[in-house]
Amino acid sequence: MAAEHLIADGVPQGCHLFPSGCGFPAPGAGIFDFTPLWKFQVFGIDFGIGKPIILLLIACAALVIFFVAAFRNAKVVPGRLQSVGEYGYLFVRDGIARDTMGKAGDAFVPLLFALFFLVWVVNFLGIVPFAQFAPTSRFAIPVAFAAIVYLLWVPVGMIKQGPGKFMKMMTMPPDVPKLMYVLLIPIEFVSNFLVRPFTHSVRLFANMFAGHLLIVSFSVAAWYLWSPNIIGIAGSIASLLVAIVLVLFEILIQALQAYVFALLTAVYINDALHAH
Amino acid sequence: MNSLNALLPLLAAEGGESEPNVLAIPLSELIIGLVAFFVVFGLLAKLALPGIRKALDERTAAIEGGISRAENAQAEADALKAQYQQALADARHEAAAIRAQAQADKTAILEEARREAAEAAAGIRARAEATIEAERATTVAALQRHVGDLAVQLAGKVVGEQLSDDERARATVDRFLADLEEQAAATGVAR
Repeated sequence: MAAEHLIADGVPQGCHLFPSGCGFPAPGAGIFDFTPLWKFQVFGIDFGIGKPIILLLIACAALVIFFVAAFRNAKVVPGRLQSVGEYGYLFVRDGIARDTMGKAGDAFVPLLFALFFLVWVVNFLGIVPFAQFAPTSRFAIPVAFAAIVYLLWVPVGMIKQGPGKFMKMMTMPPDVPKLMYVLLIPIEFVSNFLVRPFTHSVRLFANMFAGHLLIVSFSVAAWYLWSPNIIGIAGSIASLLVAIVLVLFEILIQALQAYVFALLTAVYINDALHAH
Repeated sequence: MNSLNALLPLLAAEGGESEPNVLAIPLSELIIGLVAFFVVFGLLAKLALPGIRKALDERTAAIEGGISRAENAQAEADALKAQYQQALADARHEAAAIRAQAQADKTAILEEARREAAEAAAGIRARAEATIEAERATTVAALQRHVGDLAVQLAGKVVGEQLSDDERARATVDRFLADLEEQAAATGVAR
């Protein structure tokens, strides 16, 4: 893997403010584009396997290897690895599935478990040295995950409650004057069936995107300001410190967004399971 | 990279169009995302999660089993304790009954002994009285006989001898008394 594959296409070329006086090379959307390592076509669809996809696959492999190693020979009295994994499993089962859905949530624990940990590990790659890129900051990846959730809870609702009752529940809030339904039905429909999957994916994508952009911006600024004078040194060190703080902040955001993504999934499924 | 740098001004000249659209959804990435999720989900659901679910269920069962075992042991201990207490109460009751019986027996035995002693005493007194009565009767009869005999002898002696001489009369009386004593002694020996 050469440097052109490892570093995003749009990473600004370095220059220092002093003495050249060049303008700030602000990082743009280009920092989320990578030159593909190899390209191929399947059924006429162009595939370009670059760093984001490779990182995604590495995250998937690491996730599966870890949990299979931790859980395959799970004992009643857990070992160290199993204890760690168990903590994660119980967090998803009790903190996400059962908290939102009650006992009915147990059936959806594998889905929520896979979603939560896949999103978290993929997000986490954003601060792993040399990876330093979260595949979830490519919009297609959160869209894929949100699509799976959307294509699960809508049929589940249709089957569990019946299409008519389900649509009524999702578009007609109870205890509202009849006339208001003229307004409410379109609003609720758009909100629940069109906006919901969009916000579900954009929330994750935008957080990862913005976090990465911020860290890159301050890192670039640290380089840009570095100059042999007091303003340059102070500005550069300040920018670097901000970048480091942002990295620590990202750790929190990554976990939080994975939790929010899984929690919303549980809430949507719960909506589909129960009329309210 | 140098050639790219050379192109940069050209791209900039075309305007903002060179920036990629961040909201674009390349079909290939979408497909890879879907496949990646399903593979991860499938492998975890097949290989990892059944193990941990089984272990957790077993742990729950073990804990619940332990609790129910402890409850059984507690119930058993309680039953045993009640049994012992019952036995203890029974034993105390029995001891009290035995004591009461013994008390009653003692009273009865004492009463019996007292009664028997009284009867025996009464018997002894009756026999003694009878003996005394018989002896008295015998003595009285013997005395009467002797007194009669003595009176006859005395009368014979008084009649057969002259009582002029005081010396002689005195001797006669003395002889009589001596005879009387001899006779009394002989009677006592005879009895």
